[in-house]
Amino acid sequence: MNCIIIDDESTARAIVKQLCSKIPDLDVVEEFDNAISAIKFLNQQTVDVIFLDIQMPGFSGVDFVQTLKNPPKVVMTTSDTDFAIAAYEYECIVDYLVKPITFDRFEKSIVKIKNSKVKQAPSTAEQNSSEGKDLYINIDRRLIKLKLDDILVIEAKGDYIDIKTVNEDYRVHTTLKKIKEKLPERLFLQIHRSYIINFTKIIDIEDNSVLIAKNVVPISRSNRPELMRRLNLL
Amino acid sequence: MIDQPNLKYVDELAGDDAAFRGQFIDIIKSEFPVEKQEYFEFVESSKDREAAEMVHKLKHKFNILGMENAYRLAVAYEMELLDGKRDIKSKFDEVLEIIEQYIKTI
Repeated sequence: MNCIIIDDESTARAIVKQLCSKIPDLDVVEEFDNAISAIKFLNQQTVDVIFLDIQMPGFSGVDFVQTLKNPPKVVMTTSDTDFAIAAYEYECIVDYLVKPITFDRFEKSIVKIKNSKVKQAPSTAEQNSSEGKDLYINIDRRLIKLKLDDILVIEAKGDYIDIKTVNEDYRVHTTLKKIKEKLPERLFLQIHRSYIINFTKIIDIEDNSVLIAKNVVPISRSNRPELMRRLNLL
Repeated sequence: MIDQPNLKYVDELAGDDAAFRGQFIDIIKSEFPVEKQEYFEFVESSKDREAAEMVHKLKHKFNILGMENAYRLAVAYEMELLDGKRDIKSKFDEVLEIIEQYIKTI
């Protein structure tokens, strides 16, 4: 298992890291002194477990959990049991540890994590292997292979869709809804009722549009929050 | 009664890992004076909310240093500050002084 530690207190992070070092199959891949940096990290990489401080200035542990779309297993760490009880409202939270955390209690938490049935997001590596890297489209009875990474924008055009790729454009007889089901969420996002974009190809974003290669694509008001959430914002 | 700081918890956590023990003590020794100083500055400038945040940080160290009574005092003082009160300030300040003296010995 791999994990990250989020705590504004360096001593608290050092303690959890030390406790993790005593568990043979648990690796600490990163530690963060604030939740925002952790969100940016989790936009790029998945982990099995998060050890998360509840009380942090500005953006609390509970705020953090609420922002996660596919949260991994979360163990809350806290000095105040009152906060811990509130944290159990979230399905992804499998345990809470009251500071100062003893090794005996930490070991029990690891057992809870392993026995927990919380549905987890697949790891980045699993996603890459299972989702595939290609998409086949049917044009004039020919199946043409498109590399997912090459797709820039997909636009709905009545009963057809226009797929704009790095090298060529294609018109396919299908709907935006159908192709959306075939596309991995880690790359693609619908930002308007008529547009799906490969958001890794964004060059810049203005108020109501994104620029992808030479394509200016409108963003609908309702889809804008999801786009902003998925960006690695500074 | 204010309890005396100790390294029992740190020693249990470190076990045979002398490097961790040393590193951890270094963190406490470097962070505590800074946090204490900031706390006093916030108190003197009547920034109660910021002072409460520093008390929140400092109380973790009370916990780590095995000071259960001092920890409970800090929890109460943090709440007091958030309510704009300072009834137990002197007791809290006394704890800080005890710790300051103690970390000079470790």
